[in-house]
This record gives sequence, C-alpha cells and structure tokens, in this order.
Amino acid sequence: MSQQAGWRSLPKAGVAFRLSTDYKTGDWRALKPVIDYNKCTKCMLCWLFCPDMAIVWDGENVVVNYDYCKGCGICANECPVKAISMVPEF
Amino acid sequence: MTQAVVKPQAPLEKQVMMTVNGDEAVAYAVKQSLVDVVAAYPITPQTIIVEKFSEFVADGEVKTEFVPVESEHSAMSACVGAAAAGARAFTATSSQGLALMVEILYIASALRLPIVMAVVNRALSAPINIHNDHSDAYLMRDSGWIQLFAENVQEAYDTTIQAFKIAEDERVLLPVAVNLDGFFLSHTLENIYMLPDEVVHEFLGGYRKVSKVRVDYFDEEVPLALNPARPLSFGNLDLYDYYFEHKVQQVEAMKSVPEVVREVNEEWFKLTGRRYGDGILDPFEVEDADVVLVGMGSGVGTVRSVVRRLRKEGLKVGLVKLRMFRPFPFKEVAEVLKNAKVVAVMEKGVSPGSYGPLFLEVNTALYDLKSRPALVNYVYGLGGRDLVPDLVEGMIRGLFKELEKGVFEPKLRYLGVRE
Amino acid sequence: MLIEITWYGRGGQGAWTSSNILAMAAALDGKHAQSFPAFGPERSGAPMLAFTRISDEPIEIHSMVYNPDVVIVLDDSLISPKVYAGIKENGVLILNYEGGKESLFKRLGDLPQGVKVYTTPATRLALEILKANITNTAMIGGLMKAWSIVSWGSLEKAVKERFKGAVADKNIDLIRKSHDLTVKVK
Ligand code: SF4
Ligand code: SF4
Repeated sequence: MSQQAGWRSLPKAGVAFRLSTDYKTGDWRALKPVIDYNKCTKCMLCWLFCPDMAIVWDGENVVVNYDYCKGCGICANECPVKAISMVPEF
Repeated sequence: MTQAVVKPQAPLEKQVMMTVNGDEAVAYAVKQSLVDVVAAYPITPQTIIVEKFSEFVADGEVKTEFVPVESEHSAMSACVGAAAAGARAFTATSSQGLALMVEILYIASALRLPIVMAVVNRALSAPINIHNDHSDAYLMRDSGWIQLFAENVQEAYDTTIQAFKIAEDERVLLPVAVNLDGFFLSHTLENIYMLPDEVVHEFLGGYRKVSKVRVDYFDEEVPLALNPARPLSFGNLDLYDYYFEHKVQQVEAMKSVPEVVREVNEEWFKLTGRRYGDGILDPFEVEDADVVLVGMGSGVGTVRSVVRRLRKEGLKVGLVKLRMFRPFPFKEVAEVLKNAKVVAVMEKGVSPGSYGPLFLEVNTALYDLKSRPALVNYVYGLGGRDLVPDLVEGMIRGLFKELEKGVFEPKLRYLGVRE
Repeated sequence: MLIEITWYGRGGQGAWTSSNILAMAAALDGKHAQSFPAFGPERSGAPMLAFTRISDEPIEIHSMVYNPDVVIVLDDSLISPKVYAGIKENGVLILNYEGGKESLFKRLGDLPQGVKVYTTPATRLALEILKANITNTAMIGGLMKAWSIVSWGSLEKAVKERFKGAVADKNIDLIRKSHDLTVKVK
C-alpha cells in the first residue's frame, strides 16, 4: 500500500472506504490448517465454523483460503474425524 | 440579547411568549426541531428536560422515538447508533451522567455524528453536590464536541435550535453540547419568546439531511449513514496507517465551526431579532476598558449588571461573554482583549495543579499579542455558591487598586470562599 | 425599574408557586420576569425561600436577591428580624399575621428606616376557602394591596394557567378576599 490517502481526501467519519478483502490477513497466521482428504468426509462442519470464512467449497472439496485464514484452529478442533492438523508455518 | 434594528422575518408579535424554566425551554426547542430520536436518562438538574419531553411523546405531540435508557453511557450509545443511521438525535445530562458518558462522547465526535446534547451544568462529586458549576463541561473539553454556553433561558432555547443547524452543517458534522447552568437557568422561570413550529422547521430545513460520501466499492456517492442497501461500516479498527489522518480530519473540521456559528447567529437575528454578539463572543463596554472580565454562562449576566453600575460611576471596566468554548476562539479573544490593562478570567471550575481551564485558553490567546494585559484567574461559584453582586463589585474595585500598583499576585484567586 | 421580591415560607406552602404566578402575570403585562427558589433540599415544613424579579428591561442578573424591595412572609412562625435583612429603604414587608400590633412589632424588632408593613390574615382565609393551610396565593392578595405590581387581569390569567377549574376560582377568590382584608400597620 504505497499510495495511501491523506486526511484531506479520506472519506469522513472513519467509515470503511475499501473492502476488507483488500487486507490479506493470512500473514497473521502462526499455525496452518492442513486437510487430510483421505480422512475428510465432506461434512462441512469446518466450513460452518470458520470465523473468517476462510474455508471454501471448490465444487468437490473443502479447501483453505490461506490469504485470509488466521490460523485459529477452530476448524481442526471441530472436525469430527480429525482430518485437519495445525502445522507450524515456519 | 440585542434588540432588532431591522424588522425580523418572525417579529415578536408572531412569536409566542411563554414563562418557562431553562429545562422546559430546551424541551420545547427539541420538540420543535424535528428530532427523530431522544435517548436520555434523568439526572438533577437536567430532569425536567427529560420529563417534559416524555410528556410530549406520551401526548402524541411529537413523532420522536424516545428511548428511556438504563444509563447515560447507553443514552449516548443510543444517540450514536441513531445518528449513524441518519437520525437527528438529542440527549441531555448533567455532572456524573456526563462523566459516565465520556467514553462514547469521543466516539460520537470521531464518527462525525451531529448529535445535540444539553448539558445542564452541575458540579462533579465528591463531595456530592447537585448544584451548578462548570466542572462537567470542562470534563468533556477534549472530547471533540462543540461547546456553547447560554446566559439566560431565552438563549438556552435559541441555542438548542441553532445547535442542530451548526452540528449538521456539511462543513462541520460534529456534535454540539449546549450548556446551561443548573438551577440558575434550569429551574429559573423567565419569560421568553418561542418561534412558531413551522418557522423552526424551515430554519432547520426540515428533518436531518444526511451528507454523502465516496468510498472505493460503490461507483457513486452514497449517504454517510448506516443503510442496508448501501452498507457502510462505522467505527472500524484503524491502526497506525490511518488513525492519525482520521484524527487530523476531525480536528481540522473544528476550524470551520466559528464561521458556521457566526452565520447561524446572523440568520437567527434576521429571523427572530435576537443575536448573541457575533455568536462566538459578546463584548460589553470593552473599547476603552482598563479592567476586562471574561466569563461564560449565567454568571455573566450578574457580572454585567455590576459592570453597568460601575460604568455610571466612571470606572473603565468591561466584560467579555464567551458563548463558544470549543472550538476556542483564540484570535477573537486576543482581538477583543488587546487594549485591556488587566484581564480577569472568572470561571466556575478548577483544574487542581493548574489554573482554571478557561484561564489557560485566554492565557494562550493573549500570548501572541505584542503588549499583553496582566491576567488573573478568579474561581467562583463552585458547587452552586451564589455569585453575590457585591463580591463582584469588590473584586473589580480591587483590580483597579492593583492596577495602580502594577502588581497582580497571586494569579489564582477564589471569589466567595471562606478562609 | 427592577423590582426584587423575596418570599419566605415553609416547604409545602407554595412560596415558589406564588412567585411563579406573579412572574407569569408580570410577563403577561409585557414585563420581563424571573422566578426561582433558593435551591435547598426541599422538605415539607422546612423554611424555604423563593425570589421574583420584575423589570421593564431584560433581566440579566442571576444571583439570589440580597436587597429586596418587597419581602413576603407566608408563615406566621417565620416572622423575625431575619426576614427583612437587606431590605431596601422604603421597602415593603407583607406578613401573614393576625393579632395585636404590639406583639408583632416586638417580634420584628427595630425595623429599618421607611419600611412599610402590611398584614394579611392568610392562614384564616386559606383554611376558610381552600380548607388547607396553603397561604401562598393569599399572600399575593396581600401584595396586591400593598403594591399592585401586576394587573388584576394578568394575575387571574396566571392563576388559571397554574391551577385548573374550581381550584383556580377558589384561589382567585382567596386572593381578592385577602387583598380586601390586608391592612397597613406601619
Ligand atoms: S484455522 Fe481458523 S481461520 Fe483458518 S481455516 Fe481454520 S477455522 Fe478458519
Ligand atoms: S469438518 Fe473435517 S470432515 Fe468435515 S468437511 Fe471439514 S475437514 Fe472434512
């Protein structure tokens, strides 16, 4: 974000003037959820529980959108067949 | 109050004379101002405003949504929500109630919400006291609100209506606190002139009009308000990349306030025949005055009556009534005080460990003058202590004596306290 | 001219109400008026003060009244030299009192130069007409005898604005009767 607006041109009142998707919050992550598709039953619970809508349905499988996944681990915790493991990023 | 020279659009015979107290006057002003939402919690001496207004609601005299909240924190929060949704919102409080609101006061101003609040000035605890001083107003001086002070019941009525116009002006978009002294105004009956409803409606241009904003994700300007069809989000997390810019934007908005307050004061004059100096300050006999007093609120009237009397004796004394405390009119204050030999700032508040908050502002205003008047600070009226005219007279005569000697010590003085 | 009035009463006797009625009447006469109580905690029976200012000019002073032109005492038991402290020269003192002059002046002590004194049998008349010891409007009658500061027409209007129906009529009746029975004793 090299060209940031100054106070004269920013919209008033601190309202959000860009979409939140402009902020790739995936880089906040320390642990990364990895899905074992051999175990996954496509029950969609992880999709339901992810607070960041970072689990998406690609038509055939649940996949993690790592641009926005913050690595909270809720999906791994909720998965009934333990198909998701949290692995260190670094 | 200056009497009309030109014929006002709504001359006195078209206005309605009512004998009301300050709180009732504010309630009537709000009733006439097409306010969408009133959220308030009663506290002495503001109570009559809330009581009277809820009567209007119960009797079906207004369409306003009245929210009887459980605390002042909630009152201001409800006003923030209402104003963010585009409503004209009003609340009123005093003292401890205002203290409880403080967190949300800063949010209201930063979100640029043109809320109007009557602050019926009362001392802060402890010791517990229900009577008047300005410590509650001073408590919110850095919160980003415009602060106006009324001298009498008529001015409380006039200023409340004007406040909506000032707050909602496109150049401003900031909340306004209308201050009136507890009991001295809130519970004092005075006869005042009220405008017919439709004149007030016209003055305000009807219901609140929401301004527009341009954001990246809509291809046209959208209303700066919560709206499911054109969603905006208010009160976002704003870190070191933008917070500073947003704060500067809010601070800079204050710069347009004096101009708008002056315009509204003039417009009011043309409409009603009443104006309050230039809207910002109202000088009395200052041109050739050696001793000039500065003050705000109902006490100014008492001081003026003494100044009037002493002028007849030939004492060169003058008075500056300050109507606007935030934004503080530094230039105007310096200009009006530049020829004084000594300036006495009289105020109903203290800042332990410093001088009174009004004194500090006046001191700053005078700093850039080539030749500065001497400056002293009189704290008076704390906790509702009456401002006795004889005391004011003694104070003025004392200042003339000090002027002969040229020594003004100490700077901070108390008027009417027992040793 | 600015006229300043101090009302002495006990909580519940309506000193502030009568002050308000007088202010309303003055306003209806085209004057500027101000009315306020001495803001203490109000307790039934406790002594309390109210103040009225009436003027042809806008009233700018907002302090309590220290040098009244008129002092009105609603309760016989409050009569003492304290009530006329600060009264102006040639001021007027109007007392709810019915009894001997001698004992009255004994209680009042040395009155300042020129002060005029009127007495009104307000308690008796209030009990008779209102069936209650509420002497505030009766004392307005006393004031009207001593100094008709407001017009009768405006006064009646103000009473009717403050009270409804029969209560208003009774109070107007009370004001007139107490006016007639008020006497100048000094
Ligand atoms: S770790 Fe958290 S944020 Fe990431 S996909 Fe799982 S639930 Fe969503
Ligand atoms: S919760 Fe587990 S099993 Fe269910 S869809 Fe997600 S990863 Fe697959």
